[in-house]
Amino acid sequence: MAYALQQLINGVALGMIYGLIAVGYTMVYGIIGMINFAHGDIFMVGAFVSLISFVLLSTGGWAAGPGAVLLVLLISMAITALYGWSVERIAYRPLRGSFRLAPLISAIGMSIVLQNFVQVSQGARAKPIEPIITGSVELWHGNGFAVSVSSMQLVIVVVTLAVLAVFTWMVTRTRLGRAMRACEQDRKMAGLLGIDTDRTISITFVIGAALAAVAGTLYLLRYGLADFFMGFIVGVKAFTAAVLGGVGSLPGALLGGLLIGLIETMWSAYAGQDMFLLRELNPAYKDVAAFAILIATLIFLPSGLLGRAEVEKV
Amino acid sequence: MTAMLRLENVTSAYGAVEALRGVSVHVEKGEIVTLIGANGAGKSTLLMTIFGSPRARAGRVIFEGRDITGMPLHEIARAGIAQAPEGRRIFPRMSVRENLLMGAQSFGIDPAPGLEQAFTLFPRLKERESQRGGTLSGGEQQMLAIARALMSRPRLLLLDEPSLGLAPLVVRGIFSAIRTLNAETGLTVLLVEQNANQALRLAHRGYVLVTGRITLEGTGAELLARPEIRDAYLGTH
Repeated sequence: MAYALQQLINGVALGMIYGLIAVGYTMVYGIIGMINFAHGDIFMVGAFVSLISFVLLSTGGWAAGPGAVLLVLLISMAITALYGWSVERIAYRPLRGSFRLAPLISAIGMSIVLQNFVQVSQGARAKPIEPIITGSVELWHGNGFAVSVSSMQLVIVVVTLAVLAVFTWMVTRTRLGRAMRACEQDRKMAGLLGIDTDRTISITFVIGAALAAVAGTLYLLRYGLADFFMGFIVGVKAFTAAVLGGVGSLPGALLGGLLIGLIETMWSAYAGQDMFLLRELNPAYKDVAAFAILIATLIFLPSGLLGRAEVEKV
Repeated sequence: MTAMLRLENVTSAYGAVEALRGVSVHVEKGEIVTLIGANGAGKSTLLMTIFGSPRARAGRVIFEGRDITGMPLHEIARAGIAQAPEGRRIFPRMSVRENLLMGAQSFGIDPAPGLEQAFTLFPRLKERESQRGGTLSGGEQQMLAIARALMSRPRLLLLDEPSLGLAPLVVRGIFSAIRTLNAETGLTVLLVEQNANQALRLAHRGYVLVTGRITLEGTGAELLARPEIRDAYLGTH
């Protein structure tokens, strides 16, 4: 019981990170109907910008403390947003109005470009950082097993919820959010009403990248490592989360992220344990579990848990 | 004499299909002008070509003395032209109020007077204010499409078949709202219609569009009296 509770906590913290990235996939899909395959690499860029900022700050002598973390987070969001904007401007906007597959292929190309750029400029080896947020709170002690929440996990949950709360407010309550929803529902009509739709799409990429930067920073702080290839597997899992939640649905993205985080964590925790069928499973297959869900969702529930079926009233 | 809107020999096409072939139309300030024609004659294409989408392949579109051919869609809207387009294109997952606010938000104007005007013109929209656009009836959607277009206080309003699929009583209400707007605020209107009878009664002038070409023009009364119009568009009694 205590063990299960601990895994639940671990799973939720991981799921929050997937959720942040999944929001970026789902936003872009909603507004221009394409899967931005470079989004996982934008997350990777976010992690690297944070890593470099932490290193610079610590050589300056003030790496620790919540102020430094917040500063790094903001720097990473700003610079990564610039990457997101550039990717759209360079690789997707010129292909608007082209055939449907064109931007998808371009996105895969952009993903390779970003990975290789970071590999060449930062080196191919995984880069570690010192733990910055340490300590934990013990919640409960039962059966000789202590259930605890680390400070890092608390930071992940609090930061994610805060960022998503601001984001939700922006989408539902502000003029910019309204313009984004209008572009998502009928882009041409938005243009007829004087909305600069290209600009709105750019802003969508900027916001998605900033959220991915938050995820990248949290991931770096939690696991202490960044490498040029990290965006691929995390990106595919976040994409799975977006599909599971229902592509185009913002609450669905967070829900999908949490579910994928939990499933992955539970698989690692219980596969191979000496009970029932579990002993047949291999904990190393946790990624297989996540991708099996992707395939199952696409086959049996293509509109996802919270997505809407594509029926419009005429 | 400078017309408010002037199309000069405009040719327009969707892909390889030519929809307009050298069309010249002008609309004077304060006028209601109607463009009638059968399905597929190119009426909606003409309205969208004014907005540069599709862009005219040949010819020019002049609005208030300014050549707007090839300007981006949103800039043409910001120049002072609004459209209640074919199919109404209400944002289905936004409330009626949000749909209306969308009409004003790119123009940096206070939406309050616009909302008041919309609810005075179509009290039905006030009752439906917080309902989602996608759940409205066809007639309510048409009212909303017109009211939304008016939110930006345009100088020229383009209406694409506002009567399509609506009950005669609803159509009468919408046409009388257009007449009121024109009479009270001097709004210039370019109205595309298949419902030739009512459109020609409402309009000061009209054009007949047949497979991408203007075949007739004249005042509303003149066109109503033409035998070929009676046969082709008004039905035989």
